[in-house]
Parts: sequence; C-alpha cells; structure tokens
Amino acid sequence: MITLEVNGHRHDVDVDPSTPLLYVLRGELALNAAKFGCGLGQCGSCTVMVDGEAIYSCITPVSTLAGRRITTVEGLGTVDKPGPVQRAFIEEQAAQCGYCIPGMMMRAQALLEKNPGASEDEIRKALEPNLCRCGTHMRILRAVARAGKLMGAK
Amino acid sequence: MQWSRVIALLALACASCTAPAPMEGHAPGPRTFPASDIAKGANLAALGNCVTCHTAPGGKPFAGGYALKTPFGTVHGTNITPDEATGIGRWSEEDFRRALREGLNPAGHHYYPAFPYAYFTHLTDEDIHALYAFVMTREAVHAETPANTVVVPRFAVAIWNARYLHPGPARSDPARDASWNRGAYLADSLAHCSDCHTPRDKLGGEKSAEYLSGGDVDGWHAPALNEHSPSPVPWNVEALETYLATGLADHHAISAGPMRGVVDNLGRASHGDVHALAVYIAGMERSSPHRARGSEAADSSAQRGKQVYAGACADCHTRGRSADGGALPLEEAIALAIPTPSNLIHIVRDGIVPREDRAQPWMPAFRGALTDEQLVDLLAYLRTIDGVEWNDLNEQVRKADKEPG
Amino acid sequence: MRRREFLATGGALVIAFSIPRAAWAQDAEGAKLPGSLGKTPMLDSWIRIGTDGSITVFTGKCELGQGVRTALQQVAAEQLAVAFDRVTMVTADTERTPDEGFTSGSNSMKDSGTAILNAAAQARELLIAEAAKRLAVPSTQLVARDGSIVAPDGRRVAYGELVEGQLLHVNAQPHSTLIDRASRRVMGKPVQRVDIPGKVTGGVAYVQDLRLPGMVHARVVRPPQPGAKLRSLDASAARAMPGVVDVVRDGNFVAVIARSEFEAVRAMRALSDSATWDDGSLPPQEIHAHLLGLASKDTVIADRGTATSPAQYESTYHRPYHMHGAIGPSCAVGLLQDGKLTVWTHTQGVYPLRAAIAELVKMPPDKVHCIHMEGSGCYGHNGADDAGGDAALLAVTHPGRPVRVQHMREQEHSWEPYGPAMVTKARASLGADGRIVSWEFDVWSNTHSTRPGKAGNLAAGMLVASPFAASPPGTIPQPEGGGDRNSIPLYSVPRVKVTSRFIPEMPLRVSALRGLGAYMNVFSIESFMDELAVAAKADPVGFRLRHLDDPRAVSVVQAVAERFGWSTWQREPGHGRGFAFARYKNLAAYFAIAMDVEVTRESGEIRVGRVCCAIDSGEAVNPDGIRNQTEGGVVQSLSWTMLEAVTWDAKRITSRDWGRYPVIRFQHVPRSLDVQVIDRPGEPFLGTGEAAQGPTAAALANAVADATGVRIRDIPLNPARVAATLRRV
Repeated sequence: MITLEVNGHRHDVDVDPSTPLLYVLRGELALNAAKFGCGLGQCGSCTVMVDGEAIYSCITPVSTLAGRRITTVEGLGTVDKPGPVQRAFIEEQAAQCGYCIPGMMMRAQALLEKNPGASEDEIRKALEPNLCRCGTHMRILRAVARAGKLMGAK
Repeated sequence: MQWSRVIALLALACASCTAPAPMEGHAPGPRTFPASDIAKGANLAALGNCVTCHTAPGGKPFAGGYALKTPFGTVHGTNITPDEATGIGRWSEEDFRRALREGLNPAGHHYYPAFPYAYFTHLTDEDIHALYAFVMTREAVHAETPANTVVVPRFAVAIWNARYLHPGPARSDPARDASWNRGAYLADSLAHCSDCHTPRDKLGGEKSAEYLSGGDVDGWHAPALNEHSPSPVPWNVEALETYLATGLADHHAISAGPMRGVVDNLGRASHGDVHALAVYIAGMERSSPHRARGSEAADSSAQRGKQVYAGACADCHTRGRSADGGALPLEEAIALAIPTPSNLIHIVRDGIVPREDRAQPWMPAFRGALTDEQLVDLLAYLRTIDGVEWNDLNEQVRKADKEPG
Repeated sequence: MRRREFLATGGALVIAFSIPRAAWAQDAEGAKLPGSLGKTPMLDSWIRIGTDGSITVFTGKCELGQGVRTALQQVAAEQLAVAFDRVTMVTADTERTPDEGFTSGSNSMKDSGTAILNAAAQARELLIAEAAKRLAVPSTQLVARDGSIVAPDGRRVAYGELVEGQLLHVNAQPHSTLIDRASRRVMGKPVQRVDIPGKVTGGVAYVQDLRLPGMVHARVVRPPQPGAKLRSLDASAARAMPGVVDVVRDGNFVAVIARSEFEAVRAMRALSDSATWDDGSLPPQEIHAHLLGLASKDTVIADRGTATSPAQYESTYHRPYHMHGAIGPSCAVGLLQDGKLTVWTHTQGVYPLRAAIAELVKMPPDKVHCIHMEGSGCYGHNGADDAGGDAALLAVTHPGRPVRVQHMREQEHSWEPYGPAMVTKARASLGADGRIVSWEFDVWSNTHSTRPGKAGNLAAGMLVASPFAASPPGTIPQPEGGGDRNSIPLYSVPRVKVTSRFIPEMPLRVSALRGLGAYMNVFSIESFMDELAVAAKADPVGFRLRHLDDPRAVSVVQAVAERFGWSTWQREPGHGRGFAFARYKNLAAYFAIAMDVEVTRESGEIRVGRVCCAIDSGEAVNPDGIRNQTEGGVVQSLSWTMLEAVTWDAKRITSRDWGRYPVIRFQHVPRSLDVQVIDRPGEPFLGTGEAAQGPTAAALANAVADATGVRIRDIPLNPARVAATLRRV
C-alpha cells in the first residue's frame, strides 16, 4: 500500500510499487487528464506536476512518490471554475484533438508558477518536451502567455 | 588556491618571456578557393568539431559565443566567420596558420589554451590551407564574441606554452599501416581527442604520461581510451567506427554529453578518416573482456535504489535493445564503470534526448521525477552493478545540482 | 428496423415503415437532394424534436478534433432558430445516426453540413406550417424564434407542442428557405468549441477515457515485421503474472487480457519475450527505385491540346512514407452482451468498421454496434480501426466483459498504415511570352485507401489463423482522385497531359493520410511552378496569376501576397521566401500561402519565420474553427516536409518511437502564422481540413530554394539532406 497525495487528497493505493504513476492516476483514481502517449518519456502527454516540477508520469514509478505533492489538470480547476491555465486554453481555443493538451497545461503550469511573465522564447523552450500532432502550437503558445498574464494578475 | 598558485607561477615566469611580435600588415587572403580545397576543409572542420565551440547555442554556425567553462574561468569560442569587423575576415592564411600553430591572434596576443592550438600545432600546411579555404568561404556573420572571464592574464599563457605547446609534426610510426598513422595524426591534431580524454594537471596542461587515460570536461567524465578503458565491452574497430559515425553501436551506450556534438560532426566526416580514428583508438584498448566486479546491494540506500531501478529503469534496461524498443543492459553501460557518477547523474536527470530535428535513440529525462535522495539511492544501487568506487554520492549529486539543466 | 425501434423508444415521433433508400434519393422532379440527404433522405434521421422541446441533431460524421461537432451544431441552431446550446449533437453511431461513410476528404461540411443545413431549414418550415394551421395565421406572417413559432399578435407555440404526429417524418426536399444571411446569429460566428472545456478539465473526452463496470485491459503482441509467422508461443509465464485474465492466440494474433492496464502491459512484454517468429520481410530501403520497378496500371487522366515540341524542363520529386503518428496510440473498447457486440471506437467510419468487424467475428452486421468516441487526432486511416478489430475479437472471447485495448507507441508507429511513398515527374515548356505552353505530369503511387469495410483490412483480420481477404487495392476516381488527387494542374495551359500510374503492390501497408496524393502532387506542381518562374525570369506570384482564370483562386493568391507584403519584401542574408497555391481536389477549398525561412547552410537547419495564408472554403460556419484547422494543417505539413520519413532495415521498422521518427516541436514551428479566412456567404461548404497540406510543403521548398539557390525535390528537407545538398553544389 502506497499513500499518494494527488491534488491535495490522500489516496491509499494497492499496486505494485513499480507501477508508473500514469496507470495509477487513470486506473485507480479514475483521473482522465494525464494521457498515455508513448510510455517512453518522449511526448509529454502524461505530464503532471510533482512538488512543482513537470514530470513524465508514464515513467515515474509510484514507489518514488510517497509523501510528494502530485498535481494533475483536475487539480487546476473545473469546468465551472477553471483555473487560469484552463481558462486561457479555452479562451484561445487552444486545442484540436486536445489529447496532448493536459500535458501541455501541466508543463505550462510548472513554468508559470516560477515565471508567470515568461517570454515567448522561454515558453517555447519550456514546452519543447511536449509533442502536439495536430499542429496547435501557435495557439498553445498564445494560451500559455495569456495564462501567465492571468496568473500574474491574480 | 589553485588560482593563486597558477597566477603566482605564471607571474614569476613572466619575466623571462617576451611577447611575440604582432603580425599586422598581412593582406587578407583570397576569398575564392578551389572547391576541392573547401570540401577538404569541410571534412577537416567536421573532424575537428570546430563548429561546436565556435557556435553559441541557437546561434549561427562559426559565429562564436559558445561559453566554455574551464577551471580558470569562462572562455568564449570566437567568431571565425569571414566577417571583417567581428570575425576573421581580415586574416591572411599566415594569420590563420599562426593562430592554429602558436595560439596567437594577428596582433600577437595569446589565445587561452581552451582553444586547442596545442593539438592543432601538429597540422600540416596543406590541412591548414584547406581549413582556411573552408572558414573563409562561410557566410560572414557580424557577431561580437562575449568577453571572457578568465583570471589568468593572457601574457601568462606564454609560460603555459613553453611547457605544454610542442610544435612539430604528429606522431607517426612507419611500422604501422596508413590507417593507423592517419588516425594518430587526426586524433592528436584536429580531433584533439586527448583534450577531453587525458587528465590535466593544476596548470590545465595535459598529463602527457597519462595520455588518453580519461579526463573531465563540462561536468562530464571523458572515459579512458587507452588500455585503462573502463568500457564493459571492449571496443573493436568496427564498433568504434560505427559509434563515431552514428553515436550508437551494439553493446555500447549511446553517445551523450559533450561527445554528442563530436559524433554529430564525425557523422559528416569522410568514412575513411573516421575509420582511421577508430583504428588508432581501438588499437590502444585492452582486448580482454572487462570483468564486472558486481557486488551485492548491501546498504539500505542501495536497497532503496534497487526499487527505484525496478520502477524507473528496469522496464527498458532489462529488455535490452529489442525489436519492441528497450535499452542497453546496464552491465554494458560505460557510465557505470567510470570513476565518477557524474555522467550517470546527467543522464538520469536530463536523459539523452535527440535534437528535435534528428532521428536518434532516446533516453528520457527523470528530472523532477526523482528526488536528490532517490537519485543517490539509485546511484548506490547502480554502483553495485560494476562495483565501481563512487564515494560521497550526496556531494556528487549536490555538485551536479549547481550545473545548468 | 433499427430506426423504427429507435424512434419508437424515442417517443416524440411516430414510427414509419421502412422505405427503400433509392426511392428517396431524388425527389419527383429528379432534383438532387443536398449533401448526405441524398443517401439518407428522411428528415427525422437528422433532426428530432422532443415534446419537451429538446432538439437532437444526428450526424454520421465523427468529431476528430477538427471541430465539426460545433460547426454542425451552429448550422442546426441557426436554421432551427434556436440558441446554440439548445441543440444536442449525436455523432457517428450505427444505431442512431445516418450512414455517412467515412469522415474524410474534408467532406464533412459538404456532406453533413449541407444535409443538416437544409434539413433544419426544412424542419423550421414544417414547424411554421404546422403553427400556421394551429394559429390560423398565414405561415408568411410567422417567424421561428428561440424554439417557438411566433405570430404577429404575440402568440407563440413551442416547437415541442408542434411535433406531435409525424411532423418531421417526411422526405427531404431539394430546396428549403435558409435563414437569410443578414439575420444569422450563429453561423459565421467564432463560436467556442463545445468539446474543449471537458478536454482541458479532465472530463471523459476520449475512448481512452471510457471506463465500464467490470472492464478488463488488453494488450496485443504484434509480429516483429509484416508477414512474420508465429512459430511458437509459451504463454505460461504471462498467464502466471499478477492480474492476468487470459492469453488469446488466434494464428498470428496474440493478446493478453488483465485486470489492470499496467498488468496487461507487463504481461504483454513477457508474452512478447516468449514468442518466436519466422521472419517476414520488408522492402529494400531504396524504396522509390523499388516502387518504379513494380507493375503499374497507367491511366491518362488529362489530355488536352497537342504537344508541339519536346519539353524544355523536367523535374522528378520523391516523397517517403509518412506516419499519421497520433499522439495517443489507438484504443477501443468491446463488449459482447446478450448476443450483441458493441465497440466504442475512434474510427473515421462506424458503418464500414461495423461491416469489417461483423465479418471478422462472424456475426450479422445488425448484431454489431459501433459507437464513435473521440480518440487522439488521426489525420486519416491510422490504427483506430485495427484497435476496433482487436477489441471485437477479444470481447467475443469474454462475453459480458468490457475489454479495453490500447496499442503501445511502438505498435502504433510500426503497424499503422502509412501515407504512401510516391514519385512524380513534371515536364513543361515555356513560350516566348514566358507562359507555359505545355505541361506533362506523371505520378506513381500505391493506393491511398485500404480502409475497412472488409475484415482483411483490419490488422486482426490479417493475423488470425484463417486470415480474411482485404479489399483489392484500388484508386479513387477523378475528379477527387486518390494518388492522383490534384495531379491535374489548375493552371491554364494549352497542352496538358497527366498520367496516373497506379501501383497495386504495396511494399508497406499504406492508406489514407490527410490530403492523400494531393500533398505530393501539389508539392511537385507548386515546386515546378517556381522552377518555371525562375526559368521565365518571372516573379512566382505574378507567374501563377498569369496562369489562373478562376477569380476565387486569384483572390486567395492576391490576399496572401498582400498580407505577406510580397512586393515589398526585403531579403536578408540566408533568408528566402516561398509561395504556393492549390485548390484542394481541384473542386474544394482554395488555399494560398507565403512564408519566409532562414536556412543555415552548415547544419541544413531551416527556421520558418513569418507565414501568411488564406483559405476560401465557401461559406464559413465557424471562422475560428477554419483558422484552427488551417494552422494545424500548415504546422503538420511543415513537420512532414521538414522532418519526417518512415525508416526500416532488413529486420524491422526502425522508426518506432518519437526519437526515431522526429516530428516538429516548439522550437521549429513558425515565428508567426496568420490565417485569413475568406468568407463566401451563401456559397457551398467546401471543407477545410486538408487544403493546407500540399501548398505548405511547396512553399517551404520554394523558400528554401529562394534562400539557397538550390532546389530540393525530395521530402523530407531535413537538416541532413539540406546540408548534404548544399555541400554538393
């Protein structure tokens, strides 16, 4: 049994400690946002935050996460009360299929918590690990910049 | 302490040295060259990995600005495009030759030995001519090179040169074949292998008695290439040639760290020259298989690390490089066999991630996923695989923390 | 029968007897019914209004992330005169929606949008007519407003009160009165996409997110290369692993089912390790020479004018295999319950997939129910249908248990059907006036569709012990075309001859990838146009305009040239600019694009700077949706053209992950990307999704040629190729 703190809630999960966090989020906790994309730490669609850092949940075993703070897109807000990053992505209509977007949002959140005024070049660099196949990049860049403003204004 | 000692030494010795005369007044050389000279120079520039240190990250090739961190401060690669104001556009071939052979700029000032003239000094006139033809036909880029932050005065380099600069032709051995001799020439001149792979003394000079016994660069360890090679699987010519040209050979780790740029460049160099380098270097390696001194994971840190390994690493590394993906078994990974865990720390944290426009194998980054303590545990476990003596793992991880990610 | 049952349970509208479709395809005068109404003419197949006033609109098309659900909802809301939110859309479902074939070819707005536009307008007319009877007011005096019919005296009847009886159970008519353009409130507006809020907050948005009670997880083990035969399989280790429910083997089809997803992944690895295979085969790596050596069926698809002299200019172009490369590997959920098989799938065609699955599992089609749920973007025929087949095959082995299967990244990369490698050759002559006087074009290509319909077109159908025959590879006839799509130039040239050389034998599995042959043919034609412009010493934009007659073509070209500042552009060292134009399929959207690039000669790296493009896809229902799709098309085409190629060696596909199959990332997307949507109110919907693919590729190659003086005719223009090409000159 491992106790995980996800979006401020503690969960006791009974899984093999080698299980990657992604499968626990999706399978045990029924959280949809983090996605399986490659299982190889290459595409970023599984990105979540651990202790404020963006990580690949598909390669991070839960054995390393006891006592650490895990945040997923579900922890940023809801449909009715979206957080700044969520709002910005909606306002910029920054999705096509949207499968990569939760990973992008978590990468953005981790960046903006440290640097809400990130420049476009800084945003591009920070998002570099995350792939989008629909070609929504230009909108994602705008959404992250907008989210930075929303967070900075808070 | 090292600093004061260096400066003191240099200052003492300075009295006896004279600054070389400036060589201004030379007319710039021709700007058009036979295509064959340029092509030859392009191959040599690739072998020399010139573009790496003469290009800022994201900058224009050869326009300088790359920050090379040395124990004596930061030295910036200069602009070697033919721009007249900020590059070498006004240099004659003689200026160029003197820079490569003697480490002097046209005004007669010393370059810091971070510029590997101590190796280039062995270059033939023909090769220098070809390199000149190549660089003088690059696109001229106006780019000022940032100021260096080196604590050693430039004139003091003269003393360093007296001790470490040995002009003259490269080693050759008539008893060896042409490939070996070509490889020896390239390795010791342009390719400047030992710049990274040979340990340095306190003055930053090569410990010539420990030629290619392994050195340190940019927070990475460059493994020994000679009979002390720690490679778990001995290199042979074929494997080394494949590695140098592609960054990937069977039973060997993929290239990482500063070696990445080297193999990127060698991939564009002539196959014959890369083969020659492989012949020369692999000929030095021991031929008997390395015996892993694997020890039991005894301490509690290693026990915890074993679990980290099981979750984060085993899925790929126990499969080996199979049809369905997978990665090198760590028994074959050289990062686990070298005297320091520095390479492993870099690789675990930042992965071995291809440039976005290159098709290459990919090790993912675990930065943020593992805490420093978990990384220490993982290292404690991994060192048992090859039985290496890594101490102060906490200190090593902390040290790497200070390096940019 | 199905529809009858459904309508019966729906309550609001009464049952009718089924009528043969053909009888309704045309009305009495023989006028063609708009869009997909021709195939599904009953109005209540498209629109249902409940007695409670609820409005449900049915489309046989799928939401693929292109935003079609939102656009169709806009169309319906507008013509039904209700608020956007009042309409509930139901998308592709074999028991609920019309059969609109595949969601492909940028046809959704043309087919389904046109159908819903007219059906909704007709429904509104019917509601008004019914209200006229009830209120005893002439229908010309009534207006539909916010879900009611309103009389001049203020009396109003809600739609729900009007639909008693068979009001909408009537045939579609060829012409209905549309809400006039000036009064439109929803169509033409950048309405926010209905699916995005759920997607950015962790809602159940994809089939990958579907969780059914008692669901188990499956993973397949695929052969190491095409044609490999399973020699032996020792499933004992996998069976003994925690959570494993079953190992399924049928010929070369191998899968494991487990309680949880990661247990399935682990067991799949063990199963894979225990399998030994007799090698299959892969083609030689010199694929274009290999393709040209295969037999082709040649068809002259355009032949006008007579050749006067041998061609002065000739160029040959090559394209590699490209991947769809969905970010999320394909997934499906299957459930066999009470003799009926349900498959939740992100296929592009629920009805054709139903046919294939029915054949695969040997069940009658009406016992198979395919429900579309979104997946990761597909861009054509990727692994989605294969996953559907896998889920079906596994679900029938475990009745009563929902089985979810998702492919692994390396399976998606190595087993999805690729966009075909192609070769084209263009020849032309210029007249003394600098105009093109003759043009010849040859295109060599495999088929661009091996979509299901047949079980043999599913991976599972190929792998089972008694494999199924696939549909024989075929061409899509002109004017749409498949491999020869857009191979006939739209430019006005006296002598044109185009030969489509269709190669039936497929060295690698291929199928539809966004744009089909248009990507390569437009790349070739538009590259060649620039080469001819150089030969004619003409400006590339002016040269194109000189050969364009269609005013809408001229208008997108001019719009882009103006926005980009083509005539005032100042060259900087290392920079170049490129232009391209095409009308997709020569009958759909008009698209033009200009871009500037910087090429680093040493490294061969291309940086795309400013991109301006314009699209005219007829009446714009959702301009922001068109912009979003077009931005995506440009960036994806840049990725294909700058970076992508499927690779293999003698043993296996080597481009099995994102390391070996790099795609564009944030550092290399354009500095800026501007899309002008040229709205043509009242004009037919032309579709948007694929218009950018070909022109973007050509504009890039043209810009690189402009920057370097060197023409590169082989895709991809990756750094290695660009640097090597520049070194040679």
